Amino acid sequence: MTIGLQTAAYISATVLFILALGGLSNQEKAKRAVWFGIIGMAIAVVATIAEPSVTLSSMLIGAIVVGAVIGVIVANRVEMTGMPQLVAALHSFVGLAAVFIGINSDMSTHDFASNAERVIHEVEIFLGVFIGAVTFTGSIIAYGKLAGKIGGKALILPGRHLLNLAMVSGSFVLLLMYMNHAGSWTLYAMTVLALLLGVHLVMAIGGADMPVVVSMLNSYSGWAAAATGFLLGNDLLIVTGALVGSSGAILSYIMCKAMNRQFLSVILGGWGDATGPAMEIEGEQIAIDVDGVASALDDADSVIIVPGYGMAVAQAQQSVSELTRRLRAKGKEVRFAIHPVAGRLPGHMNVLLAEAKVPYDIVLEMDEINEDFASTDVVIVIGSNDIVNPAAQEDPNSPIAGMPVLEVWNAKQVIVSKRGQGTGYSGIENPLFYKENTRMFYGDAKSSLDQLLSQIN
Amino acid sequence: MRIGSPKEVMPGEARVAMTPDSAAQLQKLGYECFIESGAGQLARFSDADYESAGVTVVDSADALFEAVDVVAKVRPPVEDEIKRLKKGQTLIGFFDPAGNGELLELAKSREANVIAMEMVPRISRAQKMDALSSMANIAGYRAVIEAGNNFGRFFTGQVTAAGKVPPAKVLVVGAGVAGLAAIGTAQSLGAIVRAFDVRPEVAEQIESMGAEFLFLDFEDNQDGAATGGYAAPSSPEFREKQLALFLEQAPEVDIVITTALIPNREAPELWTKEMVAAMKPGSVIMDLAAEKGGNCKLTVADEKVVTDNGVTIIGYTDFPSRMAAQSSTLYATNIRHMMTDLTPEKDGQLVHNMEDDVIRSSTVTFEGEITYPPPPLKVQAIASKAAPKQPEKTPEEKAAEEAAAMAKSGRQQTQLLIVGAALMGLIGLYAPTAFMQHFIVFVLAVFVGFQVIWGVAHSLHTPLMAVTNAISGIIIVGALLQVDSDIPIVSILAGISVLIATINIVGGFMVTRRMLQMFKKS
Repeated sequence: MTIGLQTAAYISATVLFILALGGLSNQEKAKRAVWFGIIGMAIAVVATIAEPSVTLSSMLIGAIVVGAVIGVIVANRVEMTGMPQLVAALHSFVGLAAVFIGINSDMSTHDFASNAERVIHEVEIFLGVFIGAVTFTGSIIAYGKLAGKIGGKALILPGRHLLNLAMVSGSFVLLLMYMNHAGSWTLYAMTVLALLLGVHLVMAIGGADMPVVVSMLNSYSGWAAAATGFLLGNDLLIVTGALVGSSGAILSYIMCKAMNRQFLSVILGGWGDATGPAMEIEGEQIAIDVDGVASALDDADSVIIVPGYGMAVAQAQQSVSELTRRLRAKGKEVRFAIHPVAGRLPGHMNVLLAEAKVPYDIVLEMDEINEDFASTDVVIVIGSNDIVNPAAQEDPNSPIAGMPVLEVWNAKQVIVSKRGQGTGYSGIENPLFYKENTRMFYGDAKSSLDQLLSQIN
Repeated sequence: MRIGSPKEVMPGEARVAMTPDSAAQLQKLGYECFIESGAGQLARFSDADYESAGVTVVDSADALFEAVDVVAKVRPPVEDEIKRLKKGQTLIGFFDPAGNGELLELAKSREANVIAMEMVPRISRAQKMDALSSMANIAGYRAVIEAGNNFGRFFTGQVTAAGKVPPAKVLVVGAGVAGLAAIGTAQSLGAIVRAFDVRPEVAEQIESMGAEFLFLDFEDNQDGAATGGYAAPSSPEFREKQLALFLEQAPEVDIVITTALIPNREAPELWTKEMVAAMKPGSVIMDLAAEKGGNCKLTVADEKVVTDNGVTIIGYTDFPSRMAAQSSTLYATNIRHMMTDLTPEKDGQLVHNMEDDVIRSSTVTFEGEITYPPPPLKVQAIASKAAPKQPEKTPEEKAAEEAAAMAKSGRQQTQLLIVGAALMGLIGLYAPTAFMQHFIVFVLAVFVGFQVIWGVAHSLHTPLMAVTNAISGIIIVGALLQVDSDIPIVSILAGISVLIATINIVGGFMVTRRMLQMFKKS
């Protein structure tokens, strides 16, 4: 295949990727957009294999076939609630591949026209491996946290910022040594440092911030691909990596904005600086049973359901969907309010509800629905906590002060479906549970809802 | 201090400004309560009821006016009543200051302080004393009841052994408090209710009451918020469209309830003779605007007329009075809330605080001065007391703010561009050409990425992440280029990279497709 033809193939692949991302602006177009992405990827891979320097060995075919089979199995096995873990796990692969490619490039011999070219090449290797390694371990830790294999609490080591700084500057020193022909060991040493950095960075971030972390790692995996592209002088890699990198960055930014958090303080771990003790909460949590919930729903004309991660954990989305269907059949207005950071991934709740066949035009965003709570009869909060916490508005000392929240407490009645009296994932006390118009509907979300369904026909 | 209510002198007025219940509350504020004998009779409150609530019953209006410091009334006072007022005495009740200039002068000359209940501003804090609303609520309810009384059929549709009865169709024009109350009442009686209002933002309220909002497709819809929640006169084009819509409805509907009023103006004509002629015999028109000339020109105030084609037009103006017990209770409560605001120390001493927005706005004469019309409300007072709702910004303010924000972001952008350009220049100075070519591509791609992602729907963020994840598997290209290396370890590492990148690509795309398949529209 000629260089011209290959470049043409790469250009069309790039255009297809851009269409694939841009096509996600609405649900109907999105289905077509994925095909653009798939075709683009196929073109890119075929064009690369067709290059004279690549021979189609049996090992290559084997690797691709095995990889494809594993990919199909993983994608079909995963539960929709396990999506965050899967995405995190897949990121780690990109990171690892970037590390390998960088190390390979170091081992292969190169001739350079000028010193500047050599320096740039070495910086590229270092950058590619560094970002790749951080992405790799960071994604693994994120996977562990999301899958519940590692505790969700933030691990705060003393002097953690210093530690991060030391690892980054250590890597920089190793880069300087590497450029002064200190040998490949500097590269390996840096790889180890970067791997540790990835672990430490993500360990220090609490569970509630995981959506941001996942999209940030998404961004990193893009930058790693872009760095590899520079290393190999391959424009397709550069463009695609940059697309992915910038999209991940924007996504993280959008989410941080939704939580009213500083991007940097999320990445560097831990909550913002709250001073003073948290507000005392008065009152008690009042429980309600299935019959009570059923009659409250029976009297209501308008209902808003606020799902959270608890719904995902309990796999309750089908029951929620059934409840919605029955309430709507009775002529009640049922809507869903989705907080931008509900769940463990941006848009997580939308995906789950879509899986359960809840029509997407009754699923509304925070800004669209927040003012409607006051005119709503019953709000059902299913397994969400921080995103409906009035302390964000009322208590300046709360760790989540200033974060935009769904103002569910303005409704006539709030029913909170929750496993127990604990404070939940982020460990912040929620005054909502103590409000006069709040009733606690204890129990696993799915079994609670199923009991409720038996009362509502 | 002492507060009392006389018997209303207006013929047919059955309401009273003080009930035994409200008297008990007023006593808690420290007031001594008085009532003219027989004042509550028509509202089913006997003198004995008052006495047992601790109210002193006096024989005549003269004696009452003589005895008390505060007079609470319902209807605007007549000349005789004003002449009884003493210097420094306070009168609370409806006054109609806009149309009652002479009485206003008279009250001023008596040096009495007059608080007009219709002047209570429409802010959240003052809702509890908003007598116009509480009376309108009753009027809306009663209008439906009266209409039913004059309508020869059921409201609700029924299928009986004796035949099928179609449901009544009710059209409510003007969805203010009275209109909404009428909608709710007619709806709960089982009628099919449609409603119209010139303010499109009330569509939601209409639908929340269960009625169908007659949508008028017109661009220049008015914003009721700009006029304090009241309707304003509409443009001729709008009016034309509106009348066409009504004419279309006229043959269909059985009962029309019009409540359209514009403050300080004659009621707009909305239901023309043509429409009346187009209605079915037996239909009923309830014109709640009759006092201000009526929304239908055939309406005669306080009377029931039947047209040649058998349409009954009712122009009663005394709906609240027809439910005197209920309306007295609500009105007396409004008065009592007003007294609570006038008695900050709860010690029975009236403090006429002209700094208070609500009190200032409702006061029409004070210490020998006419204080009507009131100055515009102090905006802060509304904002701080009345919910967290921000005061509406004028278009100029908004434009200025936008311009300032634009200028700021413009400055930031310029700074960024300068810094970026400097950085580029620095790199360009040292880097070789080959690198720079790649670098151009890189920077452009980052920009494309930024632009494209802003447009992605929030609900599709998870598919977005999955698809970008799949695309980042493009790193397979790098691995492919290294697979044929002469160094075995490089080959092996590249092979592993190909394998895992493939998992990423295939897995990512399949998962995305699975997710997107699930999105469906209702």
